[in-house]
Amino acid sequence: MNRDSLAKKRSESESKKITSLKMEHITKRFPGVLASDDITIEVGEGEVLALVGENGAGKTTLMNQLMGLYQPDEGRILINGEEVHFKGPNDAFKAGLGMVHQQYMLVPNMTVTENVALGYKKAWKGIKLDLKEIRKRIVEVSEHYGLLVNPDAYIWQLSVGEQQRVELVKTLCLGAKFLILDEPTSALTPQETDELIALLKNMTSELSIIFISHKLAEVKALSNKVTILRHGAVVFNGNTDDYSSSEIAAKMTGHEVELPENKEPDMHGDVVLNIENLTVMSDMKVPALNGLNLQVKAGEILGLAGVSGNGQRELAEAINGLRPVHSGKIEFYGDEFSNKRPSYVIKRGMGYIPEERNIEGIVPPFSIKENLVLKDSTNKKFSRGKSIVKAKDIQKNAERLKEEFDIRCPNTSIAAGSLSGGNIQKVILAREIDREPKFLIAVYPTRGLDLGAVQFIHNELLKKRRDNVGILLISEELDEIMNLSDRIAVIYKGQIQDILDHKDATRAKLGILMAGVKE
Amino acid sequence: MNFVVQLLSMTMSFSVALLLASLGEMFNQRAGVFNLGCEGVMAMGAFVGMLIPFTIGQGGAVSMWWYVLSYVVAAFVGALLGLLFGVITVTFRAPQGIAGIGLQMFGVGLAGALFRTFVGGTQSIPTIPKLAIPLLSKITYIGEIFFNLNIVAYLSYIFVPVAWLILFKTPWGLKIRAVGTHPRAADSMGINVNRTRYEALAFGSALASISGCFLSTAQAGLFSDTMIAGRGFIAVALVYFGHWHPLQILGGALLFTFAQSLQTGIQSLGISFPYELLVMLPYVLVVVVLSFTSRNDTMAPAQLGKPFNREIRT
Repeated sequence: MNRDSLAKKRSESESKKITSLKMEHITKRFPGVLASDDITIEVGEGEVLALVGENGAGKTTLMNQLMGLYQPDEGRILINGEEVHFKGPNDAFKAGLGMVHQQYMLVPNMTVTENVALGYKKAWKGIKLDLKEIRKRIVEVSEHYGLLVNPDAYIWQLSVGEQQRVELVKTLCLGAKFLILDEPTSALTPQETDELIALLKNMTSELSIIFISHKLAEVKALSNKVTILRHGAVVFNGNTDDYSSSEIAAKMTGHEVELPENKEPDMHGDVVLNIENLTVMSDMKVPALNGLNLQVKAGEILGLAGVSGNGQRELAEAINGLRPVHSGKIEFYGDEFSNKRPSYVIKRGMGYIPEERNIEGIVPPFSIKENLVLKDSTNKKFSRGKSIVKAKDIQKNAERLKEEFDIRCPNTSIAAGSLSGGNIQKVILAREIDREPKFLIAVYPTRGLDLGAVQFIHNELLKKRRDNVGILLISEELDEIMNLSDRIAVIYKGQIQDILDHKDATRAKLGILMAGVKE
Repeated sequence: MNFVVQLLSMTMSFSVALLLASLGEMFNQRAGVFNLGCEGVMAMGAFVGMLIPFTIGQGGAVSMWWYVLSYVVAAFVGALLGLLFGVITVTFRAPQGIAGIGLQMFGVGLAGALFRTFVGGTQSIPTIPKLAIPLLSKITYIGEIFFNLNIVAYLSYIFVPVAWLILFKTPWGLKIRAVGTHPRAADSMGINVNRTRYEALAFGSALASISGCFLSTAQAGLFSDTMIAGRGFIAVALVYFGHWHPLQILGGALLFTFAQSLQTGIQSLGISFPYELLVMLPYVLVVVVLSFTSRNDTMAPAQLGKPFNREIRT
């Protein structure tokens, strides 16, 4: 189906055009937090507004109020000059708004088709749910936009990147006139990101967009206007073209930010992590790693680039004893790690920053100080005879790490789960680094974090490198990988496509390798 | 052979109450509400079911339509209790385990009190007669086992695939599964989470109440305070046993009832074996099977037992 007929089909089924959208003097209080402080924003027809700010600045809260998920305490929302009241997302859908949330709004034990069906009320025919029609629509939309999804897969079987694609397809299927995108590109390859940006730009002939992002390159590429939030209030409003990325970054954080780069000489370390012919199964019982070979030396950062879902998660889990190894070997300082328990791996000096910081990285209801000693609860430092904890030492340890790692919290006895993403990541980093590991595996360590936190984490990783610790850095952020790595390996379908020296790596080269093309 | 046939036909007719109650609990849990009060709802259903035919016929035979009415009223009373439970757990977000125990005691206690007020002592009513299906019931063994049940039992077994259809092929089922697993996602797609949970509670509790009604009108022909005898709790366990899936729940209900029939059967054969151990058999079986079944939690309603509050940030 060509583009025009798809657009026509959508406009037939949808509400009238949105020529202007305005949120005026929006104020929203949560217990102890002023989440939105007298915010006013405006978007005209075909415009793209970038909503920029650090984590916790209140961007998502503001958008949730626009979608009717939260009710503002004060202020009003105007569409085409008329005041509207959205009691819930249904009202917002009817008015033609659609949102791609940053935290995936997908039901894990349902299929992609069923997830779209939740909002696709046209297919609710009395007591019959017309899944066939929805499936057809998904295939249509995903083929049209080149967003590959399997409509019959269960969400729990999909990687984070695939889920992000499902989110995009879902919103496009429901056919919005006004798109709200909460960091939609975080899981895409550079090519996919460029394509998406081009696509979104094209769509501004039919749609207006509010685009939340940390990535200033995207903000520059896509938006006409930029609004910067800090601590729930608007600190800046302007035309994107009038300001440079670094000016916007400075306004966002309140100070200049420059991310560190790895410009240090080669440490000439020995190979300490040696992976040969590793085959590991995914949750769906098909090989996720397919005879993978990889060597990492002490004192080097090996960046593993790739689109998520190509075996990165399984590799990290297999090394850390969290996933059975089907065949092949994992040698670490001469020890064999295949099919060993996590405690064995930890004792031999492996540090691990897992992908899902809220699920694997911390125990959310436990306090910060408890999370900081999770791996050492039976260590002599923190327990008497492996049975009674030394509360005072745990407290002292937490106070020290709070200072050293700049963990921002009222005190270390509050639940770690109540912290922001950046602070949770600092807790994990503090725990892993303070144990003085011989090696560190960092999986997407800065995903979704703001620039300040990214800078901090990058500096810490480089510090460990100087201490002759080998680091396997798994990331989708090419800038992160290119800034930090000594060597860059590209993973594709469970195998290493190629390994480049960081001097030879360019975005274009890596992007081509990540897409599976081999020269 | 006779013994086996008898055993299987007992299994088929005695499974019905457990089956209906578990399917009801399945709808509650799929929507994210854990209703431990199933037992109490069943007791009320059993009382209401017995009260109507008894009042009309004073223990004698009555028209079948009065039985139909008693099922309708039982379903209605069950739905009301479900909504009451919804007010407590969905609107006021009370801890569901505790609220469930409360509902269980309330239901059993109220049914007993009303029974003493309106009926008095133990009274029996005629049970709903068996309905042998022409031709099919004549098939050797098979006929006696599967085609010689009462009408409610037939309908209950037919309801198993219907429950599957409701859960997986209707918009309502879709909503129920979504609000039990990721209410925030459902909410963002414009689904009223609390309303859906109320609906599931009303529907599930109506089924539990009908199950109780079946016990008094079709199985026992009387009401007593203790007649539910833990079936409500077994039903809750069977939902886990059956992984929130109607067909597996059917399997669980049949297996449990078979074990129970087997133990009464062996006792009646007069084999000298300590009967206390036999009585334990069904429960031991449930524990053993539960321990050895693979726990594929990816399909479980992940937010089971957790109230939904849109404006609490997680």
